[in-house]
Amino acid sequence: MNIATPVMKRTIKDFTSDQEVRWCPGCGDYAILKAVQKTLVDIDADPDRTVFVSGIGCAARFPYYVSTYGFHTIHGRAPAFATGIKLSNPELDVWLITGDGDALSIGGNHLVHVLRRNVDMQILLFNNEIYGLTKGQYSPTTQKGTRTPSSPQGSVDAPLSATLLALGAGARFVARGIDRLQKDLPGILARAHAHKGASFVEIYQNCIIYNDGVFEGLTEKGIGEDHRILLEHGKPMIFGRNRDKGLVLNHDRLALEVVDLGEGADTGRLLVHDETNKTMASMLAAMEGPDMPVALGVLYCNPDASYEQEVTARENHDRVDADRLNAMLRQGRCWTVGEDGTGSGG
Amino acid sequence: MTDLQVATAGNTASSRRKLDSVVVRFAGDSGDGIQVTGGQFTLATALAGNDLATFPDYPAEIRAPVGTTFGVSAFQIHFGDRSVKTAGDAPDTLIAFNPAALKVNLPRLPKGGLLIVDEGSFNERNFKKAEITANPLEDGSLDDYNLIRIDITKRTLEAVKPYGLSQKEGVRCKNFWALGLVYWLYDRDPAPTEEWLKAKFRNNPKIAEANIAAMHAGHAYGETMELDGFGAYTVPPAPIAPGQYRTVTGAEAMAWGLVVAAGLADKEMMFASYPITPASVILHHLARLSDYRVTTFQAEDEIAAVCAAIGASYAGSIGVTSSSGPGIALKGEALGLAVAVELPLVVVNSQRAGPSTGMPTKTEQADLFQAVFGRNGDAPMAVLAVRSPGDAFDVAVEATRIALTYMTPVMILTDGYINNAAEPWKIPDVRNMVAIDAPYHTQAEGFHPFARDPETLARPWAIPGTPGLAHRIGGIERDALTGNISYDPANHQKMTDLRAAKIRGIANSYGPLEMAAGKPGAALTVVGWGSTYGAVNEAVQDLIGEGADIAHVHLRHIWPLHPDLGDVLRRAGRVVVPEMNNGQLLTLLRSEYLIDARPLDQVTGQPFRIGNLKAAFRRHLEA
Repeated sequence: MNIATPVMKRTIKDFTSDQEVRWCPGCGDYAILKAVQKTLVDIDADPDRTVFVSGIGCAARFPYYVSTYGFHTIHGRAPAFATGIKLSNPELDVWLITGDGDALSIGGNHLVHVLRRNVDMQILLFNNEIYGLTKGQYSPTTQKGTRTPSSPQGSVDAPLSATLLALGAGARFVARGIDRLQKDLPGILARAHAHKGASFVEIYQNCIIYNDGVFEGLTEKGIGEDHRILLEHGKPMIFGRNRDKGLVLNHDRLALEVVDLGEGADTGRLLVHDETNKTMASMLAAMEGPDMPVALGVLYCNPDASYEQEVTARENHDRVDADRLNAMLRQGRCWTVGEDGTGSGG
Repeated sequence: MTDLQVATAGNTASSRRKLDSVVVRFAGDSGDGIQVTGGQFTLATALAGNDLATFPDYPAEIRAPVGTTFGVSAFQIHFGDRSVKTAGDAPDTLIAFNPAALKVNLPRLPKGGLLIVDEGSFNERNFKKAEITANPLEDGSLDDYNLIRIDITKRTLEAVKPYGLSQKEGVRCKNFWALGLVYWLYDRDPAPTEEWLKAKFRNNPKIAEANIAAMHAGHAYGETMELDGFGAYTVPPAPIAPGQYRTVTGAEAMAWGLVVAAGLADKEMMFASYPITPASVILHHLARLSDYRVTTFQAEDEIAAVCAAIGASYAGSIGVTSSSGPGIALKGEALGLAVAVELPLVVVNSQRAGPSTGMPTKTEQADLFQAVFGRNGDAPMAVLAVRSPGDAFDVAVEATRIALTYMTPVMILTDGYINNAAEPWKIPDVRNMVAIDAPYHTQAEGFHPFARDPETLARPWAIPGTPGLAHRIGGIERDALTGNISYDPANHQKMTDLRAAKIRGIANSYGPLEMAAGKPGAALTVVGWGSTYGAVNEAVQDLIGEGADIAHVHLRHIWPLHPDLGDVLRRAGRVVVPEMNNGQLLTLLRSEYLIDARPLDQVTGQPFRIGNLKAAFRRHLEA
């Protein structure tokens, strides 16, 4: 008999823990959890070798809901914990779950360094442009002028761009998705997982309580398509509900421009997405409404050796026995004192 | 030097005057190679069979302007034919390379002490830089000292002439000229230094040869010149237990102790640290040991360092982080997490004078409260203290053993003095050391991440990658068995009690409480901890020698305290606690044992002097 053993594909249930999910009803996090679980099924993840690490915030509860290994750490520091985990055991598949406050405010420093070091992990930044868990204060990505309990007259701080920060920090993989675009998200996450090194994915996430509808313009049926573009490597940059708009480069202004693709339009001028082009990635990451579409998908992917690979290649991980340790302690100048108390240089 | 009335000792070995102990201090500009000179003298002295202790005293400024008082670097060594535990209260011999070094260090030299100066550097330019108005060599201010003036700069340049060095390169050899002279003075063998120079300047043999020639010239100068008041001495070997020895600094011993502990546990070690004085030397030593299953990670900040170490422990390595007080403060929140999730972690605090930036290169032991209490919530932590350079090895091994056995963070308190000071160290045989076991768990059936070993109360270490044990941990209070998030009032009480009981139980693992000197029940019991050991012990031993009823206990275990300590303290007539802070151990002992312990505090950034301690102990004995 020569019958191949049927491979039992895992299901979303296999990646669901027994803990009750405690996000607010209607929170965008539910959709992201589902997308991640679907991705884990798609990539055939091994729950025993998968670790979810998080900091503090609504998103940071995520690891409790996935039936893999999980570590809910302290505010902003998850990248450092994850780096330690990867240096200790590079075989582990590490997913880092963070939010806009966790990653860009209290943990901004760690985000920068995990990206520049290119430690192999998937970093999912749930960006809802607000502090949820602490009840609605403005965050580092909140639009200027937003009224919150801590900014009753409207926030004064200018928001920062997570993707531009990531590119500036030297990230080798930068992507963007939206909680409500369930069709696209698992594909983006699978790409992030396939990339060896630090993969940064910003996910726009709706906070139904404190910042409801902030991304509605991008997701609303019939309108959203005109305000977002899903990038695909090697494909011309076309978007719009009727796929009648495209992106071109205005050489005089060194800026991207939207052009109408009416009948007889010159499609030769359309930009073709090259995800290895960092300059283009930066221009795409910077696009924002109302005049420009928001870039989604893989903005940049340009792999390089990952940190933990380079570090472990320089080390000797062979078992260290007592003889080797004894030799280590005796390197350099030693001397022996005899039974009679006299010394001799060794 | 206990015998320094010699003025006309001859220059032959046979006529050398025997001394039982000597303190030599080298002082010069930080660019003069003072620390290198001191290191070589230490090695030669160890090989001569003396017991010794050293203390480097270098400026905080990396390259302070040449010739200024704040650029002065010094190195002190105390060696003798008996047990030596401190670098000595005051030098017998001071070698000053420039006016600034003389100005800064002369107050330490007792009247009548031997003072060797490089006359060649005593010029108007250097007086101005050192802010000296009159030439001290001429104004009579050095009349009370046994002054030897030598134009070391000129003689060095003459000695290195055949090697075609530039003027600047030539002058840089003057520390080896002086070292040669001091080798002659104290009968040390220059050969190991020659070997060291050859190895060090392997790629530049011209420099090696020039330095060797300078050293020989200095040695020959001593031998051939008959100088008034300039004897030739010898210090016979000290009675030392048989075995193999080397000199170690506290930082080296700490690094090796951690590596050996990891070997005894058959585990990888991940040492994560952010540069900070005076802790960085430990990182530097470990960075060179990547052949021994050590990963060093220079993190982006103090917080990342401790977090990466905890992450490494979570993933199955021994996570270690290291810093000084200001950095430990930043690590506080993460240390609380390590307490809460009960992962092994070793934290090394190389204390320095505080608060805030304080005096980074100066020694102090004022982080005891920070170590024992410095976290939010009830977050108990084991705390061990290092007493001497060699002791750092044993403490590192014990700290790692506690961290792994009890699944808990352990804080080691050492300091800048210990990290940089050196002493001869009897090298242990690792084959005779006991293996370290941890509560590893691999059995999926009935697994609970917070089930406990009934004896140690340690939770199981279920390492990611182990099949069937996937579980979640975190900083939110967790159920006492399943580890699931729990806000249950009774559970929080239970977990708080368990965390406290587990740490208290660590005291059951300690060896017997040893008296460092004297016997329990003495009229005066001195309780010390950390780097004051040498000075306190020598002071107590001296007083015992004089017939005083005094004893010395030196604590390695700061928290939890040794189970037998209370008995020793209650039997004491009076308890005095010398420490380089404002009474931190004192407060701990008072609150734990309700005893009337007395303070003996010093916060000058300088180690205790034996003489001062003796005077203070006498006052207590007479009170």
